[in-house]
Amino acid sequence: MSTSTVPADNSFQLSQLWRDARYRSYTIQIIALVVALSVVMMLISNAVENLEALGKDFNFGFLYEPAGYDIGQVLVNYTSASGHWKAALVGLLNTLLVAFLACVTATIIGVFVGVLRLSNNWVVSRLMAVYIEGVRNVPLLLQILAWYAVFIHVFPTPKQAVKAPVIEGAVYATNRGFYIPGLTFDGGYQIVVAVLLASIAGIFVFRRWARQRQEATGQILPVGYITLGILIVPSVLAYFAAGMPIGLDYPVAGRFNLKGGLKVGTPLIALWFALSIYSAAFVAEIVRAGIMAISKGQTEAAYALGLRPRRTMSLVVLPQSLRIIIPPMISNYLNITKNSSLAIAVGYMDLTGTLGGITLNQTGREMECMLLLMATYLLISLSISAVMNVYNESVKLKGR
Amino acid sequence: MSENTFAYVATSEKPQLPPPQGTTGAVGWARENLFSSPLNTILTLISVFVVFSTVPGIFNWAFVNSVWNANSLDECRALTENGACWAVIRERYHQFLFGFYPTELYWRPILAFVLLFVALVPALWDGMPKRGAALMASMTYPFVAFWLIWGGFGLEPVSSTKLGGLLLTMIIGVSGISFSLPIGIVLALSRSSNLPIVKSLAVIFIEFIRGVPLITLLFVAHVLLNYFLPKGVNFDIVLRVVIMVTLFASAYMAEVIRGGLAALPKGQYEAADALGLSYWQSMRLIILPQALKISIPGIVNTFIGLFKDTTLVLIIGLMDPLGLVAPTLADQRWNGIFVELYAFIAFMFFIFCFAMSRYSMYLERKLHTGHR
Repeated sequence: MSTSTVPADNSFQLSQLWRDARYRSYTIQIIALVVALSVVMMLISNAVENLEALGKDFNFGFLYEPAGYDIGQVLVNYTSASGHWKAALVGLLNTLLVAFLACVTATIIGVFVGVLRLSNNWVVSRLMAVYIEGVRNVPLLLQILAWYAVFIHVFPTPKQAVKAPVIEGAVYATNRGFYIPGLTFDGGYQIVVAVLLASIAGIFVFRRWARQRQEATGQILPVGYITLGILIVPSVLAYFAAGMPIGLDYPVAGRFNLKGGLKVGTPLIALWFALSIYSAAFVAEIVRAGIMAISKGQTEAAYALGLRPRRTMSLVVLPQSLRIIIPPMISNYLNITKNSSLAIAVGYMDLTGTLGGITLNQTGREMECMLLLMATYLLISLSISAVMNVYNESVKLKGR
Repeated sequence: MSENTFAYVATSEKPQLPPPQGTTGAVGWARENLFSSPLNTILTLISVFVVFSTVPGIFNWAFVNSVWNANSLDECRALTENGACWAVIRERYHQFLFGFYPTELYWRPILAFVLLFVALVPALWDGMPKRGAALMASMTYPFVAFWLIWGGFGLEPVSSTKLGGLLLTMIIGVSGISFSLPIGIVLALSRSSNLPIVKSLAVIFIEFIRGVPLITLLFVAHVLLNYFLPKGVNFDIVLRVVIMVTLFASAYMAEVIRGGLAALPKGQYEAADALGLSYWQSMRLIILPQALKISIPGIVNTFIGLFKDTTLVLIIGLMDPLGLVAPTLADQRWNGIFVELYAFIAFMFFIFCFAMSRYSMYLERKLHTGHR
């Protein structure tokens, strides 16, 4: 067999762009780039042309105009005279608030359900399966609307609730929302907060030191109790030393209504509840998959080494299942955040409700509002994914 | 040693005794599974309590005490105190199925629905004779369905504002499902290709779509898409929604399929190269069949998610089943009947989604070949 009988013809033919593997990848990529760029250019030029035809410009000045609408649930000072940017900020904080609350409760419920789903107890595991399948196969929006309707119809009006409090003088459940004691901050509360933060930092330092000591000497300290002590004792001391600057603001029952306290509106409660119940089913499946992925041999080997069941769980099983559980868990948290945008259906003023809802309708600046809205969600998503990538990198099995 | 040293020596094997009572049968099963430890016993008792305190109540509400014949909620409540008032469904089921589609033209969406299954046969039945030709015929289904539902060319035209109910859900769901799979495959292949520009275009698209909630994309379809189209070009709102839902689902689909591509052992790719197959040949004959098989659970999950997400169109004012709740409640006669309506719609979605998830499990088992 002769090798390389093809004459060294260096003349370039146009057909080589496609037929020659050396050039083909460049050809494909350049075509793809040109197509993509021209589509984008076409969209932009259309948008410019259409905006011009409608006499609209593209600027974000409207953000500083007064918003002119009220928001029921706010975390920062906001009045209808505040600018649209402030309304958007309130919306963003509301989004983050409900997402955070739902993540916490969904995780707690989900881990519980996931573990019970794996239980040997036939009745319990069937019951959990029914819950998971029932919740996962029904649209979230329907669940949010249904829970909202239930909360509105089941709980009494404020007038009736005053007569039938959950806890007299402290907690009232009404169809407009729950009234619970709020926190009040007087002068000097910063000291208490600073001490609390410092002791949390102290706990990390202490635990690290305790681990190093254990590795060096083999002695085990009662880490749990000491951690608890560091967390509570300095803060309580600082609290009394600063003259009890943090107090509780109880809701006061008027004749027809409730005043003071912290009002958690029904939209927030319904959304929180529905998101938690819905996402917990997904968390449960993630947890179940994570635990089932650890082979039984691992547990048996740990027992053979003489580890107690609890230590087996914390030292052998959990570290391995967490590697499997955490990535889908984080993307589930991401889904919760994105799903919280359904708040608009029950009138909870999250980012979509303020910036993408009322602000958009009032100012007629669809382009700017939608751009900001999408960019904000994108920023949240990308930062969560970045955290996930860092984590994945840190727990990756090394050397395989 | 004499034989008398031992009092008793077994010379043959004794018959086995039955297992102790209480470890077999129903009792044993219950002991082992339900009452093996105090905690387990408590859990069992709680679960049994939960089941017995809810299931009979729900059963009575939904079936025993329910009312099917009434003209208003008040009539229902007069007939029964704590029973479901299904009369509203009986009166309005056609709305929940077809929206405000003209009654005399119902045969058209029904025919389209039946044809859907006819068109699916070649796709689902491997051993069909003349499958290739049949598949080609199936390809024309979208156009036929479009013609049947919207009319034109000899059929009385029906405007999009009349579409609603399960019909709208099926239009968005089915077209989203059937278009998102091929687009998702192309995106996944681009993202895992070694062409940097193609790869980064795919990454930008996928991460953008996955980073924003579907509702913002629907807003874009609703208020913004007109800006991006040349003057005079105007899409129908249902078509705009279908496009957005398809793009949304295809980004998720791409990630699911990319997972399947990454899970294939590298040897498969190398073996395909070693056989001298071109890129498309190796993808079509070796890589994709295996990768898609691995990703079936994820693909079906995406389908189910897409189907559930179709309810979001109510936020931009389309009348899907959930969107029809408000007009029903606005009717004086049915004011306040939300539980029955939500239960009915939830049941409807549950049937579809649960069936899809069971079918995927069946498919997984059928295609399981023992190695991945």
